[in-house]
Amino acid sequence: MLSKSINDGLWKQNPGVIQLLGLCPTLAVTTTVVNGVSLGIATMLVMVASNGSIAPIRRWIPEEIRVPVFILVVAALVTIIDLSIHAFAEPLYKALGIFIPLIVTNCIVLARVESFASKNSTLPSLYDGFFMGLGLCIVLAILGAMREILGKGSLFSGFDLIFGESWKIVSIQFFDSTHGFLLALLPPGAFLGLALLIALTNYINQKK
Amino acid sequence: MTSFLKKYSIVGQTILVMSIFGMLFASLLAIFFEFSNPVILKSEAEAKQRLLLQVIGGKEYDNNLDTDFIDIPPNVYLKNKKNGKAYVARYQNKVRAVVLESRAPDGYSGDIILLVGISSDGEIIGSRVVKHQETPGLGDYIDIEKSNWILAFQGLNLSDKPSARWAVKKDRGDFDYMAGATITARGAIKAVHNALLFFKENKAQLVLTNVK
Repeated sequence: MLSKSINDGLWKQNPGVIQLLGLCPTLAVTTTVVNGVSLGIATMLVMVASNGSIAPIRRWIPEEIRVPVFILVVAALVTIIDLSIHAFAEPLYKALGIFIPLIVTNCIVLARVESFASKNSTLPSLYDGFFMGLGLCIVLAILGAMREILGKGSLFSGFDLIFGESWKIVSIQFFDSTHGFLLALLPPGAFLGLALLIALTNYINQKK
Repeated sequence: MTSFLKKYSIVGQTILVMSIFGMLFASLLAIFFEFSNPVILKSEAEAKQRLLLQVIGGKEYDNNLDTDFIDIPPNVYLKNKKNGKAYVARYQNKVRAVVLESRAPDGYSGDIILLVGISSDGEIIGSRVVKHQETPGLGDYIDIEKSNWILAFQGLNLSDKPSARWAVKKDRGDFDYMAGATITARGAIKAVHNALLFFKENKAQLVLTNVK
């Protein structure tokens, strides 16, 4: 069960490059690695929490109104995570802004609740939420890295804003940001970058 | 539980289940809100205080900026839509600096809101963008977290720099800008300039008012 969840989440059913669910944040915030990873982690938290709270109560949710109930639970959890990030990680809150509340509308969260947590017991659902979230997080990080290197000439910049001054050393500057490839930072760059990642995934899958 | 619910029609069932879940999660949210709200309010107040300190630099003051402000009605300079606030920093009852909130409605996307700290003799002590929706990675260089561009205004005043120079270099002014995001810089420069003009026009009111 665990290994299937890992395999599905990270590769076979990867939310970012295979299922292609939740593209709005994927494309919007991935201008840097740190933004991508932060939103990825926030989404992952929501997915673990929503899968983990739907699975134990799935028997008491009538089939006909399951979707409104799911949305209610997801919205409440997202609000809790939004409040905690605002209270305890303010720089992160500033960086992600509107995209944290928007996790409610991220289809991948509802999709996993609907297709997995409502049919499986609690522990496998927790695994599923975690690894699906991790799979999305990795895609966001790679896309963020591609766009950050091309567009700003840097990698891992901004970690110090979230984790503290000492993280400044992880930032690498390859070239001056004024010579950056602007397109990579604009929305079309996000689509092109994602397209390249999907192409790469398909290529590897066909080779196998 | 399920057999109990099945006795009800689907409507009754829906109402019952949704109300239970609604109440359950609403109370969960309420508890969480009570926990996090004081922390949020505190960090917001601190952030504002930090910002005010940044724009009035090292000027010494002994009044409480939170409570000492003048209401500014909407005007053509600051472009505020509602009554705004001008914070006044005093030292021994003499005005040292005034912090104005200036709005640039002509940025690239949405209003850019800046705080401009002006000393009593009309010189800019500091300025910061507090809110903007400029393109990330492109127009956001006006934000101090992204670049030092905004520091260029420090120490400027209207008598040393005539109105025509308050423009980007492309428009024969004195200010740098980033290629591809000129509109952002134009908006921000205009807003800072307008804050100075507003100060000049209302200097009597701003500097000579007595302690509340």
